[in-house]
Amino acid sequence: MTTEHAADHAADIDKHVKQYIAVFVALMALTIITVAISRLHLPVAEAVTIALIVAVIKGSLVALVFMHLISEQKLIYAVLALTVAFFVVLLFVPSLTHFDGFWVH
Amino acid sequence: MEIPYTVEVRRDTGLTNGKIGIWLFLASEVMLFGALFASYILIRTGMPVWPRGDSILNVPLATINTIVLISSSVTMVMAWASLKRNQFGRFRLYLGSTVLLGGVFLVIKYFEYSHKFENGLFPRTSNFLALYFTLTGLHMLHVIGGMTVNAYLWGPGAKLWKTNPEWFANRVENSGLFWHFVDLVWIFLFPTLYLL
Repeated sequence: MTTEHAADHAADIDKHVKQYIAVFVALMALTIITVAISRLHLPVAEAVTIALIVAVIKGSLVALVFMHLISEQKLIYAVLALTVAFFVVLLFVPSLTHFDGFWVH
Repeated sequence: MEIPYTVEVRRDTGLTNGKIGIWLFLASEVMLFGALFASYILIRTGMPVWPRGDSILNVPLATINTIVLISSSVTMVMAWASLKRNQFGRFRLYLGSTVLLGGVFLVIKYFEYSHKFENGLFPRTSNFLALYFTLTGLHMLHVIGGMTVNAYLWGPGAKLWKTNPEWFANRVENSGLFWHFVDLVWIFLFPTLYLL
């Protein structure tokens, strides 16, 4: 009988808990940062880029540490790679193939 | 007949069925929210003028909600870690906190929505508000769903800890994966709707 987590033993869990707390602090800081930057009222293109970068960092921390993705099995990575590919297509195909009002500001 | 591969992993996937199942479900959820984000991009880039989120929405309240959800993700993963450390009492405390924090999120959203309605701001009022209510409304339904499962695992579902602790820990972990996803969606929703 095999279970999947290397983190089954108490010492491993202690190390993981330290990581959870560290990520929590990082997420709080990044939340403050993203709100503070929004107060600067940057032009749209810059504002969107910076906000997305911060959001991707926050999301990656949640996914890699809280969701244990950093130590997951290959099959999960494969499923997610496929998902990301389809997600990118889903996100941009409607806007890029719609010929009236493309990037109007 | 026993449910297979709840604790031991399948040879071909290297995972328990619950784990691969929840990740596949999350992949479908990415498509669901992705479709709505794509609608947001399409509609916004097609309009000559678009209001800044902070001119219509309550950023301080939403920032609190962001902190609330992030905290609930921490308590959720700590609930699982407590089970792995054989600390059932701590598990109950952490999972209970997760459900409570979800409740706080809902209460704040209730105040946000009712304030909008009181001021005559509805989904039909503008494209911005239509997207805002649809995106946050769908997200809110996911919060309620996650809270329901977590409340079950906190209450009657916890009986499984006595007979099969490893299976129960896996259930908590899988529920946690859904909850973290709900947090993840909000991490992107918050700047998109409120800050840009």
